[in-house]
Order: sequence, then C-alpha cells, then structure tokens
Amino acid sequence: MAGSATGSSSRQLNLLTTAFSRMGAKLISLVQFCGGIALLTAQMFRELLYPPFYFRLTIQQIYYIGIQSFLLVAVTGLAVGTVMSLQFGYGLAKFGGTLYVPKVVALTVSREMGPVFTSLLVAGRIGSGMASEIASMKVTQQIDAIRALGTSPIKRIVIPRVLACLIALPVLTLFADYIALYGAMVVASHELNIKSEFFFAKVIETLQMADLLTGMAKTVVFAFFISLCACWKGLNTEGGTQGVGNSTTWVVVASSIFIMVADVFLTKLFIITVYNEG
Amino acid sequence: MGGRNSTESAEDAGRVDPYGGKRKLALDVVELHKAYGEKRVHRGVSFRVYEGEILGLFGGSGSGKSVVLRSLIGLERPDEGQILFEGKDLTQLTERELMPYRTRISYVFQNGALFDSLTVEENLSYPLEEHTALSPGQIHKKVQEMLVTIDMPGSNDLLPAELSGGMQKRAGLARAIILEPKVILFDEPTAGLDPINTKRLLENIKKLKKTGITGVFVTHDIPSAFEIADRIAILHEGRIKVCDTVDNIKESKDPLVRSFISEAIIHHH
Repeated sequence: MAGSATGSSSRQLNLLTTAFSRMGAKLISLVQFCGGIALLTAQMFRELLYPPFYFRLTIQQIYYIGIQSFLLVAVTGLAVGTVMSLQFGYGLAKFGGTLYVPKVVALTVSREMGPVFTSLLVAGRIGSGMASEIASMKVTQQIDAIRALGTSPIKRIVIPRVLACLIALPVLTLFADYIALYGAMVVASHELNIKSEFFFAKVIETLQMADLLTGMAKTVVFAFFISLCACWKGLNTEGGTQGVGNSTTWVVVASSIFIMVADVFLTKLFIITVYNEG
Repeated sequence: MGGRNSTESAEDAGRVDPYGGKRKLALDVVELHKAYGEKRVHRGVSFRVYEGEILGLFGGSGSGKSVVLRSLIGLERPDEGQILFEGKDLTQLTERELMPYRTRISYVFQNGALFDSLTVEENLSYPLEEHTALSPGQIHKKVQEMLVTIDMPGSNDLLPAELSGGMQKRAGLARAIILEPKVILFDEPTAGLDPINTKRLLENIKKLKKTGITGVFVTHDIPSAFEIADRIAILHEGRIKVCDTVDNIKESKDPLVRSFISEAIIHHH
C-alpha cells in the first residue's frame, strides 16, 4: 500500500516536473524570440542610416509581394465582400434592415475584414515564402557568403523585405477593400434588390478617411511583424531542410496569431482615439 | 579576449617560423578558445600563416577545423584569443568594421554557397559591384576572364542549380578570388568531388598559388593537401599539435601524425 502511494506521488512529481520544464522551455523561446526581434529591429534601423541602399532589391520585393499577390487578394476580397453582403442582407432582412447593408459592409470591410484578411493572406503567402527562402539561404551558407563577401545580410535581405512589405501591404489592403465593396455591391444589386447607385451613395456617405486610414495603419503594424518575424526566423534556422520546413510553419502560425491578437488591441485603440461612434 | 598571454603558447607547434624570418607574417592566430555550451572545441589554437604559403589544416571530424577558418574571417567569434591581420586584431572588430577586411581575406565555401537566385555571372559580379567602381562593361569583361580561368566559359547565364557539384565549387572559388584577396580560406574544397573534378579544382588552386596567394586549406583529403600545401598543421584535442612542412609531415614518425595520415588516407579511399 505504502509502495503504491510512493509510486503514485513520484509519478505526479514527474508529471509536474515535465510540465514545468516544458513551460520553462516555452518561456525561454518566447524571451529569445522577443529579444531577437528587438535586436533585429535595432540593427535594421541602425543600418538604414548609412549606405549602400539597395533600392533595386526593395523594388523587386515590392513586385513580388504586391503585384504577385494581387490576384490572390482580389479573389479573396471579392469573396469576402460577396459573402458579407449576402449574410448581412438576409440577416438584416428579418428586422427590415436590408437597406443598412451598404453601411455595415463598408465599415466592416474597411476597418476589419480588408486589413485582417489581406494580412492573413500575405502572412501565408509572403511570410512563408520569405522564411523558407531566407532559411534555405541560411542552411546552404548563402547568408554566410553574403557576410564573407563583405556585405550585410541585414541590408541585402532584411531591409528590402521589411520596407517592401510596409509599402505593399497597405496598398494591397486598399485594393482588397475596393474589390470587396464592388463584390458586395454586385450581390446586393442582384440578390437583395439594392440598386448599385444607392449602394455606392451609402458607402460614400458612410466611409470617412479615418476608416480607411486606420485599416491601413493596422496593416503597417501587421506588415512589420510578418516581415521581421519571417526574416528573424529565417536567419536563425538550424537543422537542414527539416529546419526550413519548421521555420516556414512557425512564421505562418506566429504571424496569424499576432494579426488576430493585435487586431483586438488596435481596434480598441482606434475606437478610443479615432472613431467617432457617438 | 586576449586574456591569455601569447607567450604561454610561444612553443606551440603552429607558431614556429619555418622560414627563419624571410617571409612576412600574413595571419597570426593566438590562443583561440571556443566552446559551444559544455563542449570546448578550441583550447588554445595558435598558428601562423606566412605570405605566399598555403597552410593545410587537418583534424578529425568535429575537431573544429572549419570553426577556425570561420573565425579567421569573423563568421564565428572566438571566446578568447587573437587573430592578427595587417596589424589589427580581427576578433575585436565589429561586423561593420570587418567588412573591408573581408575583401582582403576571402572564403571558399565547401559547397560553393553560390546565391541560387542569381546566375553564375551575377554571382561573380556581386563582389565587384559591391566593392569596386568598375563599370558594368568592365565587370562583365572581368567575369568573362575569370570564367575562362576556371574552365567555365559560356556558363554566364546558368543558375547554380544547373551546374554540377564541381562547377559550383569552381564558381564559388572564382567569386572568392575575383577581388584578388591577399588571403584565401578554403573549406574542404575537394569534398564530395570525383577525381576528375578534384584534379580540375586543384589545377585552379595551383594556378592561384603561382600568383603568390596566401591560403589556409582545411581538408580531409590528405593527397590533395600534400599537393597544394607548403605546410601542414594538425588540430587535435582543441590545439595545434603538429605543424611542419609537407615533406617533414610525410616522413614524420610521430604516432599522432602517422595514425592521422593513415586513417585519413583510408577514409579518403
């Protein structure tokens, strides 16, 4: 009896130890991540101050992030606008509120759905692409080669990607907003019998510059995190091709979580400071 | 850093001058210490490389040969010790301060480490675009000449993925020497190559040697090292245990040298 009690408490102790060591490991990796991102940010701003400046690489990245993501963002924007128009249309119809569809869709798209969906797509497509590209360069010693040839990986790899993401993501979001509203208008006209002219007029009446700018401001925060996170993880990849795969997955998951969580705080911040809901 | 007195290792095998003061010192490595966690890789590595010579660096797997080489160009930071080049201790320099030195010390990576999104010509142009004021036409001409030197004419527009292993290594060598550095660090340049490609690469290095370059050649490939190097240093248990001319190494009765050479030759075959 006594032996069994001792065995049970020893098992409990082992479980507790394992749980604590796992939590400790997670905490350490979180601290490493925060410290790494902070250091990389500091290095990036420091290196932004002196030449050489790689404008061509930044333009290439803008093309890759912006132009090549356009179709994906357009299709998603169209789908989001269409679905929202349908859902709000049939949902509000029960309360006789169909005519509010343009107003609700316009605000939701410009403040929330446009920035968040576009950023999630960019995190999936560009974040993973950046992380895997940089991680592959790391494990095949190309990052070392950049350093060994007397150049800086921060300048050649990190800065062009972060700048390009900061420029491209807000612009992509504007396109997504526009396309989503267009999709919503077309559906509202065909399914909800809301005339396009009325829809358009209500959108213009409802939307203020602050709605678009706060949406874009959110994407600046998201873009900074997605690109920096992808670069940091890529530059710190170890363990060959498996490491590349792990880094890619990690970046998409971390960026997506960040976007969703940060969106909550940013929305609250903008409600307090910018939106005049009264 | 530099916490250990260099005189402590004055008798270290790697620091004996075989040229009796006739050659200038190119690189002076003093008491390097390096540990990864609990594992102490270097416990006071010291050696000297003289101008115009190639030093072959041997050692067992995991002995830290590549770490020494990476430290020489600042890709790794030693925990302690000094690396003296042109009167400066490279271990004390920041990443930015190291950049100009990396045009005078170059590194030939084991797998070439070519940028896989750039063509061969773009890879070779990279150092010239970054560190010289040459016009695009002059850069193209220089790249053409270099491709002829390494027996790869006409491969300008190929991507690294389209090259054989041997060609990738030769292109990596070409990129490393295109700025005409004073010191070249070779990290296992012949590893994984078939005999024909090994011979080609060695021919390229021999051509370079005739121009009077200084080099450190890390390898497991003893026959190649004997062909290329002037002196051989053996890294064992974190220190340079033996450093002597190729002829003396070949005839050495030292059990460590004998066992190392015979094992390495068996491994090579």
